[in-house]
Amino acid sequence: MSANSHLDIGDRIQSNRVHGSLYHDEQIFQEELERIWFKTWVYVGHESELPNNNDFIMKSIGPQPIIMVRDKSGEIQLLQNRCPHRGNQVCVKQKGNAKLFTCPYHSWTFANSGELMGFAFPEGYEGHETADKSKLGLAKVPRVASYRGFVFGSMAEEGPSLEDHLGGAAEMLDRVCLTSPEGEIEVTAGFLQHKTRSNWKFLVENETDGYHPAFVHSSIFGVADSGIGALYSNKSTALARDYGNGHTEIDLRPEFRKADVPLQWFGTTAERLPDYVASMNAAYGEKRAREIMIDGTPHAMIYPNLFIAEIQLFVIQPVAVNETVQHVTALQFKGAPDLNRRMRQQTMGSVGPAGFLLADDSEMYERTQRGVQSKNPEWLFLGRGEQREYRDDDGFRVSHATDETPSRGIWRHYRALMEA
Amino acid sequence: MLVTEDSVENLVLYHSVSQFIYTEARLQDEHHYDEWEALWADDGVYWVPANGADIDPEKEMSIIYDNRSRIALRVRQLHTGRRYAQEPASSLRRTISNVEISVLDNGEIEASANALIFESNLRGEFVWAARNIYRLRREGASFKIAKKTVILANNDKALYTLAFLV
Repeated sequence: MSANSHLDIGDRIQSNRVHGSLYHDEQIFQEELERIWFKTWVYVGHESELPNNNDFIMKSIGPQPIIMVRDKSGEIQLLQNRCPHRGNQVCVKQKGNAKLFTCPYHSWTFANSGELMGFAFPEGYEGHETADKSKLGLAKVPRVASYRGFVFGSMAEEGPSLEDHLGGAAEMLDRVCLTSPEGEIEVTAGFLQHKTRSNWKFLVENETDGYHPAFVHSSIFGVADSGIGALYSNKSTALARDYGNGHTEIDLRPEFRKADVPLQWFGTTAERLPDYVASMNAAYGEKRAREIMIDGTPHAMIYPNLFIAEIQLFVIQPVAVNETVQHVTALQFKGAPDLNRRMRQQTMGSVGPAGFLLADDSEMYERTQRGVQSKNPEWLFLGRGEQREYRDDDGFRVSHATDETPSRGIWRHYRALMEA
Repeated sequence: MLVTEDSVENLVLYHSVSQFIYTEARLQDEHHYDEWEALWADDGVYWVPANGADIDPEKEMSIIYDNRSRIALRVRQLHTGRRYAQEPASSLRRTISNVEISVLDNGEIEASANALIFESNLRGEFVWAARNIYRLRREGASFKIAKKTVILANNDKALYTLAFLV
């Protein structure tokens, strides 16, 4: 084995520090595509984005476009947007409804489940040994699986099941769905696409970094009369949690339970959303509904690319070693129109290129990307809270919300994937 | 109805609307936040759609969809000195052209114009292009903005941070 077979990943990741080159080394990025993005389970889209048979929507796995389709039989398919003939893209529309995809180059036509329906001018292939229509369909992502409507794809033929990959973190997706009186979320509000000249891992780590909000977001907390700042103060009882497999969370429930006020998690009151509260009471019973409305939705990072930020759904897409796109929409809860309206309003204020919060996060990503290219010190120190971290009743590592337990968990998993 | 007749009255209206839009552009370029905010009507709406120009902002995500109080919040955040995406503030110069105006039945004026904006910030230098549509209300010798819609030419694509006043 050559010294460079794993690009010395082990030497660049230690228990509480990582080497700056991991964020800007082009070779590392190419290796990540093979070992993480084109291998493990990656979130692609939500079933509710394809309400009807033959609906399709353009999604991605890493830098590659993926057509997510509900085929004519209602099955969700993840297709590569590449004609098996000479490589042309068969679809350039963002979304639509189509039974067939016809490549514009030489008119090869495919069913929306991928199969090649026919060649144009077929005489040229008649009697040809390898012009086998059954082998010349659109390539499919080999493994597709859903959890609570969240659709994931894995480009590896074999590997851990989605259930194994999610592990204890699946419970966070359950918690998202609980906020709907019908137990389902919907992704129907369209996406903002915000790009940042930064490595994708800075975004993943930042999503459950509870240390930065008090500083990076002080400008908006200070003028918006927001209660969010206190959740991330050094006096907060909120927790950071590492679920393993790279999945992490900032668990704000201790703070909301202490306050004991339904819907405080969303900065509103039961009085302002009477229809929602009535639907929740009817669905879950008053006692359970009250608990759900106190706890709120999670602040959950499902590795490597699905981030639920209480009221928003983010998809993180790496496009180059120093370029990442954040796709973001407001979560919509089935059966909760009055809640959903506020979700959209708050989301538009907070996120996207002009968002009160995300514009500043992105500014930090870009400054950090430039910063780590300075040679000294070579390392980033991620040791905060290591000495006060402990295991919760489920065996997951937890610590104070401002501690770097999530980052350490993310890097532990990253190292395992890159050395596998 | 589009104002096309070359009457003196129309030329004066065209001139005064254009001057108002140029003033707004300069206030934005030079980060005179309070003076810019003062141009807005009490019920002003500042809209920067995403994914085209014909989406319903009540149902779908927009890049900006501010009512008057959120416009004020945006300005207050810029004033804190800790709005890092504008700290340091972008260096900006924009050109406004292709102004067309219509007088609406309620007496308001709809003006549209192209905007080409050069931005220099810590990340680099960038160009933004948009069609701006204003709904203006007469107030004394000047106007108030009842609605401003900024249709970025590439609003269906991933965009870098847009934290200056567009």
